[in-house]
Amino acid sequence: MTIGHLSDEARRRAEELVALYPHPRSALIPICHLAQEQDGWLTPEAIAEIAELVGLAPAEVVGTATFYDMLHTEPVGRYVITVCTNIACMLRGAYELLEHAEDRLEVRSGGTTADGTFTLEEAECLADCGVAPVCQVNHRFFGNLSPASFDTLVEDLRAGRLDGEVPPHGTLVRVRRQGGLRVDPETVTTERRQMAEAIASRAEASGDSQT
Amino acid sequence: MSPASVPRIVTSRLGYEDSHTLERYLSSGGYEGLRKALTMHPEQVAAEVDAVSLLGRGGAGFPAGRKWSMLRKGPVPYLVVNGDESEPATFKDHLLIERDPHQLIEGIVICAYAIQAAQAFLYIRGEFALGLERVTAALNDAYEHGAVGRDIFGSGFSLDVVVHPGAGAYICGEETALLESLEGKRGFPRIKPPYFPAAVGLFGEPTVVNNVETLSNLPWVMVNGSAAFTALGAGRSTGTRLFALSGHVHNPGVYEVEMVKTTFRNLVFDAELGGGVPGGRQVKALIPGGVSAPWFGPDLLDLPLGQDEVADKGSMLGSGSVVVMDDTTCTVRAAWRITRFFRRESCGQCTPCREGSGWLERILLRIESGSGRESDLDLLMDVCDNLSPGLAWPPQQTTICVLGPSIPSSIASGIRMFRDEFLVHVKDGRCPYA
Ligand SMILES: Cc1cc2nc3c(=O)[nH]c(=O)nc-3n(C[C@H](O)[C@H](O)[C@H](O)COP(=O)(O)O)c2cc1C
Ligand code: SF4
Repeated sequence: MTIGHLSDEARRRAEELVALYPHPRSALIPICHLAQEQDGWLTPEAIAEIAELVGLAPAEVVGTATFYDMLHTEPVGRYVITVCTNIACMLRGAYELLEHAEDRLEVRSGGTTADGTFTLEEAECLADCGVAPVCQVNHRFFGNLSPASFDTLVEDLRAGRLDGEVPPHGTLVRVRRQGGLRVDPETVTTERRQMAEAIASRAEASGDSQT
Repeated sequence: MSPASVPRIVTSRLGYEDSHTLERYLSSGGYEGLRKALTMHPEQVAAEVDAVSLLGRGGAGFPAGRKWSMLRKGPVPYLVVNGDESEPATFKDHLLIERDPHQLIEGIVICAYAIQAAQAFLYIRGEFALGLERVTAALNDAYEHGAVGRDIFGSGFSLDVVVHPGAGAYICGEETALLESLEGKRGFPRIKPPYFPAAVGLFGEPTVVNNVETLSNLPWVMVNGSAAFTALGAGRSTGTRLFALSGHVHNPGVYEVEMVKTTFRNLVFDAELGGGVPGGRQVKALIPGGVSAPWFGPDLLDLPLGQDEVADKGSMLGSGSVVVMDDTTCTVRAAWRITRFFRRESCGQCTPCREGSGWLERILLRIESGSGRESDLDLLMDVCDNLSPGLAWPPQQTTICVLGPSIPSSIASGIRMFRDEFLVHVKDGRCPYA
C-alpha cells in the first residue's frame, strides 16, 4: 500500500468524495481529476493511492482512466491546449488554427513542447460552437480564435498572466461542496412512508379525492 | 408570430449578468415551482408533467412523464441528470448549466419529488469547468436556502444532489454508458434488454435519466400549469425548445423558440435569430439535429421545428443543434470530419461500429485527398449498409447502442445529395474546394 502521495488536502477531499456515493468506486473519476490537479497526470503512485481509496486494484483504475480523454496516464505539459476541429469549428477555420498552433508551439498535435510547457491536442466538439473556433487551456474556454489571438493567448500563458484563471495543470472545480447528506436507505423508506401518510391525511382533510 | 413574443421558459434570466446567483433567481420567481409542487401529491406532479408531453431534450425525444411512470415499483429510485452534452454542435445545456444553475436544481428537485428519489446525480461533462463551479456554488446556496437537503421547505421531503464530473468521452452521453461511468467504470453502453434504466439503472436500481434542458422546463410548468405549456407548439411537440445554431450563419448561438411554429428558415434567417448566411452565400445543406442526424437540403428550409415533422422527412431534431453549411463547403470533407469523430468516440464493443467507423474514415479521407476510386462510393454505401441495414431512419439496431447505426447518416446524406461532388474528387484527383 502506498500512502502519502496525495497531499493531505487532496487526500481529505478524496475521502469526502468517496463518502458522497453509495459505492466508493463512483468516486474514481472525480478523484482522478483531483490527482491531476496536483501532478498534471496520473502518476503510478497516484494510481496506487486512488485504487486503495476506492477499493480496486491499480490495474482497474488504469483500465478505467485510459478510456477517458481528459485523464492522462503519461506526463503532459503545464498547459494542455485542446483545439476543437469538429464540424462547427471546422466550418470556421479550426484546421487552419490547429496548423498555426503547431507552427507557433513547434509541436505536432498530440505532443508536448520540449520545455514541458505546452501539450497540444486536437479535440472533439467542446460544446461552445457559438464562438467557434474554440480551444480549451486546462479546461477553460477561449473562443472566437484567430491566429493572432491564439498567439496572444500563448504569450499570456507563458508570462503567467492567466495563472488566476488557468492555473498550471488546471483546477477543475475551485468551489468546494458544503451541503450534503447521505442517508441510510432505511431512514429514506421511513421518511417516504411518513410523508405519504401526511399528504394523504392533508388531502382527506381538504376533501381532495385525487389520491 | 415573431419569436420574441413567445414566453421564455428556460432562458428568461439569461439577459442578466448575475443570472447564476441565488439572489437573481429568488427575485425572479425562483423556487416557487418547487414550493407549489411540494403542496401536491407526488403523483399529481408526475401527472401534470405527463399532461404537457414534455419530450426529452437529450436526443431521443421520449416523453418525460411516461418515462417516470415506467419506474420499477418498490425500491427508492435514483435520479440521474444527463449533462454530458457532447453531440457535436450541441451547446445548449452548457448555457443552462453555466447561466441558470438554480433553474436546473429546482427542476431536479421537482422531478425527484415526483418520483420520490432520495439521491440525484448530476453528471456534467468534465470540460465544463466553469459550469461545474457554478452548479456546485448554486447547490451550496440551495442547501443553505432549504431548497435541497433535509426536509425541503419544511415539507418532510429530503433529497441529496451530487455533482459528478465526466472525463471526456462522448459515449457517456448514452444513458446506460453514463450509468456505467457514474459507477466508476469505462463508459460502455449496456447490452439491452433490459431496455430502460427505469427497470434496471444505477447500481441495478430503478433510475430516471433525464436531460438538463428537459428538467429545466419543470419550474415553469409547475408555476404556469400544463395548459400554458401545451398552448405553445403543436401536436406532440409542445412548449419551446433550445436550438444551438452554428456553422455558416451571421449569429451563431442558442435560441429558445416555439416548437412547430418556427421553421428552419426562421432559425437561420430571421434577424433576431441566425441572421442569415454571411456574404450572401446560399445554404447548401443543413444538419437538423446533431451530427447523428441525416442532412437536409435547402428545399426543406420551410419545415417546422417539430419532432414528428422532422421525423417524417427522414431525420430527427435530436439534440437540438442545427449546423448550416453554405455553398463553399466541401461535403466530402464534412462527412469525413463527422465520421472521424465517430471513429474516435466508438467505445469499441461492437465490431461493425469499431471496424466500420475506421474503414469509412479512411475511404472518405482517400476521396478527399484525391486518391479515391469511383468504386469507393459503392464501398462506402456497402459498409454503411452493414451498420444500418437499408439505411432507414430511425435505424435498425445492429449494435449495443445507436452510435454505430448513426455513423452512416452524414455519408449517405452526402452521397445522396452531392454524388457529383464526390465523383469530381475522384475524377480530378483533388478536392475542388481545397
Ligand atoms: C451516442 C449517444 C450519445 C448521447 N449523448 C447525450 C448527451 O450528451 N446528453 C443527453 O442528454 N442525452 C444524450 N443521449 C441520449 C440519452 O441516451 C438519453 O436518451 C437522454 O439523456 C434521456 O433524457 P431525456 O429523455 O430528458 O432526453 C445520447 C444518446 C446516444 C445514443
Ligand atoms: S455501437 Fe459503437 S459506441 Fe455503441 S456500444 Fe457498440 S461499439 Fe460502443
